[in-house]
Amino acid sequence: MSQAFCKATEIHEAIEVIYRNHSRHVFATLIRLLGDFDMAEEALHDAFKAAVEQWPSDGIPANPRAWLVSVGRFKGIDAIRRSARFEQLPEDIEERLAADIPEGLDGEGIEDDRLRLIFTCCHPALLPEAQIALTLREVCGLTTEAIASAFLIAPTTLAQRIVRAKTKIRSARIPYQVPSADRLRDRLGNVLRVVYLIFNEGYFASSGDSLVRPELSEEAIRLGRLLVELLPEAEAQGLLALMLLQESRRAARCLPSGDLVLLAEQDRALWNQNYIVEGSRLVEQALSSRRFGPYSLQAAIAAVHANAASAEATDWAEIVALYDILLSFDPSPIIELNRAVAVAMRDGPLPGLALIDAILARGELNDYHLAHSSRADLCRRLGRIAEAKASYQLAFNLSQLAPGRRFLARRLDELQN
Amino acid sequence: MKYLCLICAEKVMEQMSKGVAEQHFQEYTEFTDAIRTSGHYLGCNRLLPPNAAITLRVRNGQVMTTDGPYAETKEQLGGYYLIEARDLNEAIQVASRIPGAKIGCVEVRPVAEDKRTLEALGFI
Repeated sequence: MSQAFCKATEIHEAIEVIYRNHSRHVFATLIRLLGDFDMAEEALHDAFKAAVEQWPSDGIPANPRAWLVSVGRFKGIDAIRRSARFEQLPEDIEERLAADIPEGLDGEGIEDDRLRLIFTCCHPALLPEAQIALTLREVCGLTTEAIASAFLIAPTTLAQRIVRAKTKIRSARIPYQVPSADRLRDRLGNVLRVVYLIFNEGYFASSGDSLVRPELSEEAIRLGRLLVELLPEAEAQGLLALMLLQESRRAARCLPSGDLVLLAEQDRALWNQNYIVEGSRLVEQALSSRRFGPYSLQAAIAAVHANAASAEATDWAEIVALYDILLSFDPSPIIELNRAVAVAMRDGPLPGLALIDAILARGELNDYHLAHSSRADLCRRLGRIAEAKASYQLAFNLSQLAPGRRFLARRLDELQN
Repeated sequence: MKYLCLICAEKVMEQMSKGVAEQHFQEYTEFTDAIRTSGHYLGCNRLLPPNAAITLRVRNGQVMTTDGPYAETKEQLGGYYLIEARDLNEAIQVASRIPGAKIGCVEVRPVAEDKRTLEALGFI
């Protein structure tokens, strides 16, 4: 192999690394400079093409990101001028093109652009499923086909969702900006919800044979890290902590067969200690800020579990106390149910069962399979076998996911004998 | 990934007035140049009108032919682009710039690139 060839291969590899690490930054800035998602995507593509053509002979520029932004912007302007001969252009286009290349093509400016991109993709004017699709494609850089396969939907459905969302951004003139301070908390809440939905779809897949789709959870954690880095708010820290602490149990919560293992029965040696340490540290930071909310509290509960040597050694009193605070933020029957299970661990099955029966009596969780399986479990521990069987059967009938159904079928089977 | 963009319209070039067809050709030159430069281009062709088409079937070892395209629709297949794109949405974006999309429609079809297909077609 000639030296020149080796060098060219090395540069191509370097470009691939730069694409992986920086293409989303460059894209986010190009959207701001060109004012349009599609134009920015074309300009990004052209900028990387120019890099592949020019860098092997010219060498890699000192600041590749700034180079790509500047070339991309130039290519974008070129494309706009070319299409001007056939199409009507937005009114403010000349103004935008005439503007000088803004200050700070690197550093803080670019980080702000990533945040702008996240807030735009998670704008409440877009449909919730469109927010998820856009975030995964535009912020994380996943392909339409990969996202569709992770959510088990047809690529054509997802592609149209993305096209419509982009049309909506254009026609409703959704601004490309980080919300002002007075609306930041509210809008951040929506962003965190989108990230957590992505995580949950990867952690508790809502349908299908496999219990988890790890790639979605990984993307959600990456997004969580990005948010904490860009916007160190307590709830962003809390959500990242919550995801890390749940993720730490991934290897233990599922058998190779795909069957579910309950928290109490998990092999704690399989828990990922690095995630637990990182998650617990973030929980402390979030709670000490006094601006914490439901994510931080759920993370705090997960941290108590994560740092206990066994189910019995868990500080259940602490967990019940944390659920009490959580209920004051978010009085949801699902949180009440979880609190009831913790009470059963602290005080025994009977008081826990009384609480679950009270929730079910209100009729709010009658269709929720976990309410019935939790009730079944407490009845089983109390030796009330007939009641346990009936509740397991109800849970089985309501459960959508194959591994969860197999778990309930196994429990029913044990009670038969 | 590869995508085939099928261009369909009620009128093909031969059925347009000379001036309109000329303008259309010019737009295709620009578009094709642009996707060659951007690297999306893999191949393209314009097709002669459907009245030049013969449709054939083989049944019981006999070749049977009929005039015209196999599907009787108002929209006629006028040409195609084979493109390379990162994903379906990038393909849609490229296809939305095909001049024919403004007067007819463009069908974007992913090319099957599974191992069995590639083997069968002699690509691997």
